[in-house]
Amino acid sequence: MSSYSITEPPARHKWIAGVLVVTYAIITLLPLVWIVATGFKTPADAISYPPKVLFEPSLEGYVNLFTTRTRIGDEALAALPPPETWYEEIVRDRGMVIAGPSRYGERFLNSVIIGFGSTFLSVFLGTLAAYAFSRFRVPLADDLLFFILSTRMMPPIAVAIPIFLMFRQLGLSDTHLGMILLYTAVNISLAVWLLKGFIDEIPREYEEAALIDGYTRFQAFYKVVLPQAATGIASTAIFCLIFAWNEYAFAVLLTSGTAQTAPPFIPTIIGVGGQDWPAVAAGATLFLLPVMIFTIFLRKHLLRGITFGAVRK
Amino acid sequence: MTETPIDRAARATPPSVARRVRGLSDRAIAWIFVAPTIFLLLAVNIFPLIWTIRLSFTNFRANRPNREVEWVGLRNYERILTDSDIWLTMQATAHFLIWTIVLQVLIGFTLAYLINKKFKGNDLWTTIIVLPMMLSPAVVGNFWTFLYQPQIGLFNYIVEFFTGIPASSFEMIGSVNLAPWSIVIVDTWMWTPFVMLICLAGLRSIPDYIYEAAEIDRASKWRQFWTITVPMVLPFLMLAVLFRGIENFKMFDLVVQLTGGGPGSVTELTSINLKREAFEKWRTGYASAYAIILFVTVFGLASIYVKALNKVKER
Repeated sequence: MSSYSITEPPARHKWIAGVLVVTYAIITLLPLVWIVATGFKTPADAISYPPKVLFEPSLEGYVNLFTTRTRIGDEALAALPPPETWYEEIVRDRGMVIAGPSRYGERFLNSVIIGFGSTFLSVFLGTLAAYAFSRFRVPLADDLLFFILSTRMMPPIAVAIPIFLMFRQLGLSDTHLGMILLYTAVNISLAVWLLKGFIDEIPREYEEAALIDGYTRFQAFYKVVLPQAATGIASTAIFCLIFAWNEYAFAVLLTSGTAQTAPPFIPTIIGVGGQDWPAVAAGATLFLLPVMIFTIFLRKHLLRGITFGAVRK
Repeated sequence: MTETPIDRAARATPPSVARRVRGLSDRAIAWIFVAPTIFLLLAVNIFPLIWTIRLSFTNFRANRPNREVEWVGLRNYERILTDSDIWLTMQATAHFLIWTIVLQVLIGFTLAYLINKKFKGNDLWTTIIVLPMMLSPAVVGNFWTFLYQPQIGLFNYIVEFFTGIPASSFEMIGSVNLAPWSIVIVDTWMWTPFVMLICLAGLRSIPDYIYEAAEIDRASKWRQFWTITVPMVLPFLMLAVLFRGIENFKMFDLVVQLTGGGPGSVTELTSINLKREAFEKWRTGYASAYAIILFVTVFGLASIYVKALNKVKER
């Protein structure tokens, strides 16, 4: 056989490896599948024994997630005009009426505002700094990775003590601006370092050619370097977004009413007698789904992002 | 290179004119580009750190900002280092750290090794395996408390299904013996893919010709594994352990949602303990000293570890 190679594993090994990996993947996926499935169960189905794999899907979890409801007496319920919408009908079937919207929508929106705000800021500032670190001799450049790692060694709770005091002084506690600035500061060292790696890979010759053609440095930066770094900037942005999106410790300590994001909120969704699991699962599904989709987009640069650029494929 | 008329013209331009034509000097641009980042890092990273150091020598309480603050010297540090509860916390953290790292390295390396056999569709399955790691630990941790419910939880049911131990006979989160393992299991589920990805990068960095040479020398597969694969993946594996070690030393979100440090304080890791001191008991000065001790510990251990890592890389 001409195509025979020593390093190509035999077909039987490949098959065994494939079966083992797929088995692991299915096991690891189970909790996630369970989150999605529980979101579509009725409360009774969610807590049945044995756990129900096949069930009649219901949107009750989603309705409960977005509404607050009050129980009223049977007579009062009978006296009401017939329900106008499908979600009112679901609630009425449980002997309740919708009292108003829940706070989930607000919390989700806060996550979006703070996530995108801090991502935009860290990528914007990070790209500028990364360009300078990559192309000019700047003092501190060599200490940067060390600095990133050392800021990540501090437990968030430890950093939260002075931040908490500082925000109280400056009136930034529980504000969107405060959280955006905080997440930007946490993300920026990662952003600078990742982007420096991406910009280092763009040959200097392109810019030099542009400079000779009469571009200023600044024009060369945004007309030549930026378009070349676009994929790098996009994947850095997704990493920053995922961090801000998932962050819990700062959010739970520094926000309460107006600027609270979804991660501290979702675990507090309760129903009658404990957590309302279908509603929690529905909230989690909506919250986790964007990240799952982003992860698939990020596949190629995933490793670089999670190791702060220490391992590049 | 031949000199063109343009080059000559460019050389003749006086610097002051050149600057007006070409815009700002490189040096100015470098500073303008870097300054906002440096400022932000100083304001939100360095300044708070210095403030924490200062607070650690006082008896300040953040819930009573008007009370007079006393300078207490090293008393906070002394009290922490002699407190037996803190040593229990450290033990809980050590249990969590050691077991998560052992399990993640074993499973992560095995998976990477299997994926590197390049079976059909390995890219797709790798992406699926990676998913848990990217998700919000607090949200996922909260949902795991549902999976761990004794009567109705999926986890307990699966254990019953495979081992016959009744699902309602054990509580992963509620029992003193099992709770430390409940957090190890979830963390391993979540972060094994991280170790796997790094090992995979290590395995893929080994050039084929090394194996080909070994094959010509008639080295057995077993021997090739121990003398080529393992030593060449080791630096990558050590890097993965460094990251997981730092991350799990400061673990907060996942565990606080799963067990909240309980039952009693068997899963009260250092970060959860610190949160209790700082934001429930409001002993800000004491907690600041605690934070500094933790920081110095991680920093010291990580520095030693990085030195070892560099030695392995040099070999």
